[in-house]
Amino acid sequence: MTSTEPKTRVTILEVNNIGKSYGAVNALAGISTVVNAGQVTCVLGDNGAGKSTFIKILAGAHTPSEGQLLLDGEPVTFSSPRAALDRGIATVYQDLAVVPLMPVWRNFFLGSELTRGSGPFRRLDVKEMKRITLTELLNMGIDLRDVDQPIGTLSGGERQCVAIARAVYFGARVLILDEPTAALGVKQSGVVLRYIARARDRGLGVVFITHNPHHAFPVGDRFLLLNRGESIGDFEKSKITLGELTSLMAGGAELDSLTHELEGELGTDSPLVKELEAENRQAE
Amino acid sequence: MTTTDIMTIALRPRVERRPIRRILARPETGAFVAALAVLVFFSIYTNTFLTLPGAGVWLESASTFGIMAVAVALLMIGGEFDLSAGVMTGFTALIVGILTTQFGLNIWVAAVISLIVALAIGALNGYVVMRTGLPSFIVTLGTFFVLAGADLAVTKLLTGQVSIQGMAKVPNYDSIQPLFGSSITIGGGVFYVSVVWWIVVTAIATWVLLRTRAGNWIFAVGGALNSSRQVGVPVMKTKIGLFMTTAGAAWLVGMISLFRTSTVQANTGVGQEFIYIICAVVGGCLLTGGYGSAVGAALGALIYGMVFQGITFAQWDTNWLRTVLGAMLLLAVFLNHWVRRRASGGAQ
Repeated sequence: MTSTEPKTRVTILEVNNIGKSYGAVNALAGISTVVNAGQVTCVLGDNGAGKSTFIKILAGAHTPSEGQLLLDGEPVTFSSPRAALDRGIATVYQDLAVVPLMPVWRNFFLGSELTRGSGPFRRLDVKEMKRITLTELLNMGIDLRDVDQPIGTLSGGERQCVAIARAVYFGARVLILDEPTAALGVKQSGVVLRYIARARDRGLGVVFITHNPHHAFPVGDRFLLLNRGESIGDFEKSKITLGELTSLMAGGAELDSLTHELEGELGTDSPLVKELEAENRQAE
Repeated sequence: MTTTDIMTIALRPRVERRPIRRILARPETGAFVAALAVLVFFSIYTNTFLTLPGAGVWLESASTFGIMAVAVALLMIGGEFDLSAGVMTGFTALIVGILTTQFGLNIWVAAVISLIVALAIGALNGYVVMRTGLPSFIVTLGTFFVLAGADLAVTKLLTGQVSIQGMAKVPNYDSIQPLFGSSITIGGGVFYVSVVWWIVVTAIATWVLLRTRAGNWIFAVGGALNSSRQVGVPVMKTKIGLFMTTAGAAWLVGMISLFRTSTVQANTGVGQEFIYIICAVVGGCLLTGGYGSAVGAALGALIYGMVFQGITFAQWDTNWLRTVLGAMLLLAVFLNHWVRRRASGGAQ
């Protein structure tokens, strides 16, 4: 639906040939992609592919060694995550930055509490904060009823969503999600994917980092694939299928040669070899 | 934070809508039940415990512990310990005693200087803990011994004794004494102003903890330090503030003990730091931080005061005092824990 009218999309963030090296080690080289308002850009890659280096650059934790970032068409460099946040780029890390024993509403406003009154009588505006938390979560499709419960009582998926809703409420235009489904079961992952779609529908540019093509494909509009610090493709959704995505992710040819190698060692009847072959077929 | 703590507290089911459950789930409920049990026990066991004169005695005893327990509870919710809190009560009183009796300084000025020195040491505790990343247990253990040694050595050096006497003869003593050491008599019971201080400190601490940004930050830095930092909580400021609060409370208790007796021993307060921590834990604070209440800590101190004096009232052999105290405190903690478990885990 969204990909049928790409011309009307506003590009918020453009990544231009970015690279990062630590001394002689190239962690990342020649990465380019775009993040559009109301679209989800998925960053896919296996462990060590350079996903975390990439998001740290976007989030302002690292500065790129080469290439440039364009925000609203203008080159930018972020000196710190705070600076990126001030420009509307919010990152939700895997640990979510929540305090488990504190109520949901206190977590929602932690560090940016609303107050009323002045001087020694300046106090938390508890009623207003609870109300906003409740409505913001409802906007994301989460009906908590009781925002007074400790956030630790929520499921992993719900906690992700509170973190996302918090970023949205505090003015994020680009939302970077670091492996939000990595630690979740199938059902909870589905919940989180739905909220990613919600955030997209509210006009945010979403950067969704994952190593699971089955999670990325349903919500993604654009797919950036990383392998060993290099881009192995930056596709629009119309240009790629789930099968191709999976194959690229698994490193198609590499998987083939691994299967043959194991066949030689374990014999064609080995369950592991059969499993790999099945995976290959599915990918093709 | 241990997994059990998170299990018992964070994973409690959504039962809070039922009002009774909601009350039971509060951190101070266990201490309240325990305090009630202690009160009933000694009221039945002795004739004098539940009279105005009796109440005056155990309230006075609980008040100074209560002031410290509340401050220590805030610090513990913020995820830190202060082992120098006990000796600090003696240290602040000695500063006033020495400056006035030995150097003839105005007693009000001496009290203010003492407060400034206390706050500075508190800030130093906090700064060292935050900058080095060492456990506050170790850092404040160091402060504790430095102060304890200095108390004795300096007092002995200047006075030749291990206590300061003759405070009552210092000019303007009568102008400051009522603020910290006065009392009124109601129905034969003597009630000290320290009880009022105790209530005021508890009320302010509760307000700060539950209704201000600083309170939000205290829970946050104790509950999850890195998360707090990520969302922009001023971690350093919050923790240093907590250490200064504890030192400030120690100054208040130092003044109370100084002006109630008009003397101060060089070893005043040594060994009491653990009692403050015990009171805070009995009051529902988690040793690991991030959870607890000021009212709970005040109730913990009340239990301590009642047991302490109740044993004397019951005319038991006072050699058993510490043993009984330890056992009763353990019992209170178990009861507290049980109530919290009942409240959090349903019918477990």
